[in-house]
Amino acid sequence: MPSAKRSLLVLGGIGVASGFLSALFGVGGGIVVVPALVLLLGFDSRAATATSLAAIGITALAGATSFSLVEHVDWDAAVLVGLPALAGSLAGVRLQHRISSRVLTLLFATFIVAVAVVLFVE
Amino acid sequence: MSGTTIALALVLGFGAGVLSGLFGVGGGILFVPTLALVVGLSQLDAQATSLAAMIPVVVFGAWQQHRAGNVRWRAGITVGLASILGVVGGAALATSLDEELLRDLFAGFLLVVAVQLVWSARRR
Repeated sequence: MPSAKRSLLVLGGIGVASGFLSALFGVGGGIVVVPALVLLLGFDSRAATATSLAAIGITALAGATSFSLVEHVDWDAAVLVGLPALAGSLAGVRLQHRISSRVLTLLFATFIVAVAVVLFVE
Repeated sequence: MSGTTIALALVLGFGAGVLSGLFGVGGGILFVPTLALVVGLSQLDAQATSLAAMIPVVVFGAWQQHRAGNVRWRAGITVGLASILGVVGGAALATSLDEELLRDLFAGFLLVVAVQLVWSARRR
């Protein structure tokens, strides 16, 4: 198969998978898109992260405005967490080069395991 | 909503943004538990609201990355447009499931994400 056609198919597959997870769980899908671009198409991690953000923009918009989900959106709550997140993302980008991402990743992983346990118990 | 709830939601929203800037994700992994456990939304409402909340974060992040010359637009738009197909299926499934089950599935998804994060940290 010509490689342009192959990469188009791979990109399409990544998109469908990330969109499905995104709408099922309310996440952006970056957790799928970033590693998939790196492992399947050889993107470096910077390009993968950046390209993933562009894709997630479309995914999140489609998810939040989709027929079945839009009536479940609490817009006040969305603003309540979304606006501080915008400020936080600026800080996050600046921190990226200053702290050990390995330690941070492990801390983050530990934290979400704790959250998962609380959700199971609730 | 009480003052404490609002303050906690603001702090966790900020934290979700920091993580999204650091890891290049939309922040939904923190938005959903914050909206469900702190704000008290149902699991499905929390998930739908999380998608809406991440739009400004993601659009701004993509714009910043575009200015840095890091975005491969053809690939990004292809993935994004294809994702709409997946969104239709995922949304149909999410709305058809019992909310208890959906919450447990989300918690299971978090565990998978944690494993993936640890794995990626080892490779670095």
